[in-house]
Amino acid sequence: MEKVFSRTKGLKDKEFSYCGGCLHSVVHRLVAENLEEMGLLSSAIGVCPVGCAVFMYDFINCDMIEAAHGRAPAVATGVKRTHPGNLVFTYQGDGDLASRGMAEIVHAANRGENFTVIFINNGIYGMTGGQMAPTTLVGQKATTCQAGRDPKMHGMPIHMAEMLATLDLPCYIERVSPIDPAGVRKTKAAIKKAFTKQLEGKGFSFVEVLSNCPTQWGMTPVDSLTWVKEHVMEVYPLGVKKER
Amino acid sequence: MKKLMKGNSALCYGAIAAGCDAFFGYPITPQNEVPEYMSWMMPEKGRVFVQAESEVAAINMVYGAAASGMRAMTSSSSPGVSLKQEGLSYIAAAELPAVVCNVQRAGPGLGGILAGQGDYFQAVKGGGHGDYKLITLAPWSVQECYDFMALAFDLADKYRNPVCMLLDGVVGQMQEAIDLHPVEVNRPAKPWAADGAPKDEKAVVNSLWVDPDILEDLNRRIQAKYRACAEKETRYTEYCIEDCELALVAYGTSARVAKTVVDNARKQGLRIGMFRPVTLFPFPYARLAELAEAGKRFLVVEMSCGQMAEDVMLAACGRTSVDFYGRTGGFVMTPDEVLDKAKQVMASPADPCQRSWEL
Repeated sequence: MEKVFSRTKGLKDKEFSYCGGCLHSVVHRLVAENLEEMGLLSSAIGVCPVGCAVFMYDFINCDMIEAAHGRAPAVATGVKRTHPGNLVFTYQGDGDLASRGMAEIVHAANRGENFTVIFINNGIYGMTGGQMAPTTLVGQKATTCQAGRDPKMHGMPIHMAEMLATLDLPCYIERVSPIDPAGVRKTKAAIKKAFTKQLEGKGFSFVEVLSNCPTQWGMTPVDSLTWVKEHVMEVYPLGVKKER
Repeated sequence: MKKLMKGNSALCYGAIAAGCDAFFGYPITPQNEVPEYMSWMMPEKGRVFVQAESEVAAINMVYGAAASGMRAMTSSSSPGVSLKQEGLSYIAAAELPAVVCNVQRAGPGLGGILAGQGDYFQAVKGGGHGDYKLITLAPWSVQECYDFMALAFDLADKYRNPVCMLLDGVVGQMQEAIDLHPVEVNRPAKPWAADGAPKDEKAVVNSLWVDPDILEDLNRRIQAKYRACAEKETRYTEYCIEDCELALVAYGTSARVAKTVVDNARKQGLRIGMFRPVTLFPFPYARLAELAEAGKRFLVVEMSCGQMAEDVMLAACGRTSVDFYGRTGGFVMTPDEVLDKAKQVMASPADPCQRSWEL
């Protein structure tokens, strides 16, 4: 019988530690498949965040560096500037990238650093127990805004892809969401396009992935995907925000 | 041929001679010559310079470059070095080699832009969270600023630990003629580096260990490393120490003042000497303990409220008197002030339990 699909060599032989229904494992697989298909497993250098994906180095089968919370773009700058020939990527959540690490992400993008950022936006702090994130929707409940996010007290959700697209040097910014098979294919293609542009030396590339958190949202996995489609995408529209 | 330059510039020449691959910095007085020089010297040599968006970013860029196997450094001054403490803890925990220069200014807070020595505790006792140390070198001349950079990179590689060059604003800003001698660059293999080179097992650079057994093992390994470092790398210099009754203990600019005090005192027939720790961590406890045992008294002279003085007290361990004279605010003590204090100490009985602490 012909084998048409198998586990990518881009993943180490280790079971994911993510909750059931969490899309982190899907996005990890898409990163890993792209690395394998592009022949980058023995040359890529990844930088992990602090958050649910903190153990990413246990799963992705390339050289990996664990960064402090929010600092991955600075760490990746140090790596890429000294290793311009290697593919370098960061993988960061919304608390990591859009809160603690806001300065690092904006300035790396503004310098046009030639690496790729994969930004997982699920609007919640998953690992620490469901606190409000900078991307939490208005009215969405979290353990630090138990009546729902109130803009008067907490401000509004931050649109990272659109903000970074105002800068001159990023070469590619797209928002995707792997909540269905078509979305999975588009997410994989977006990551591939970002990696390709990096290898062509075009500069900073950014893929924002709208994701879910069944555990901290208090939903079944299926309901969480419906919620992304019906509510999250309304606030964070999918699509290419910048390409050159 | 000698070349006239500032201590800050000598740090740059020393770093480049030592094979520094990458510099990441941020402006702050009184260390601005360092990023300014590096901004053109590094690219000229085909190496990396980035003006970071903050000291936090700069130290994390150092972390990235060091994690991928490069010789990397940053420089700053006191308030900026406070911002680097997070990164330094991660660098120490991930056992990465890196060099950080602190051209100290007067504190606390925003403080002033004149010289100070108030960051001693931060440099030698850890500074960031968790149990770690910075190997700390304290140059007192422009020549040592140049010479110690190669030593700093070598020690960082040897012990896989961050090394701090602890200057003060006077050493950074003063000009002296120095010998820019060639430096032998020793680059050890770094099989642990996440450098994207083909290898049997993929590299992971990390400081997260949720298994307490593994984390305790890491702490034991790091502490064993510091003990080995203390045994092999402790450095100090002595001046007129053999026959002295009172040893002035000082580093950096205050040691330069102390040396003048010794010269002046000797002309007056006073048996005063000087002991200068060159490594502040590891601190020369053993030698100071010997001197205490031999009956010498100590007067610690610092541009702080008495920080290194606590280490001298630990070394003396009640065997001799430890007195202190300090200036802060950006003032450098004058030789006359220190000599007056020294005379006052020498005229009082040597009681280890009675110490005078003068600011």
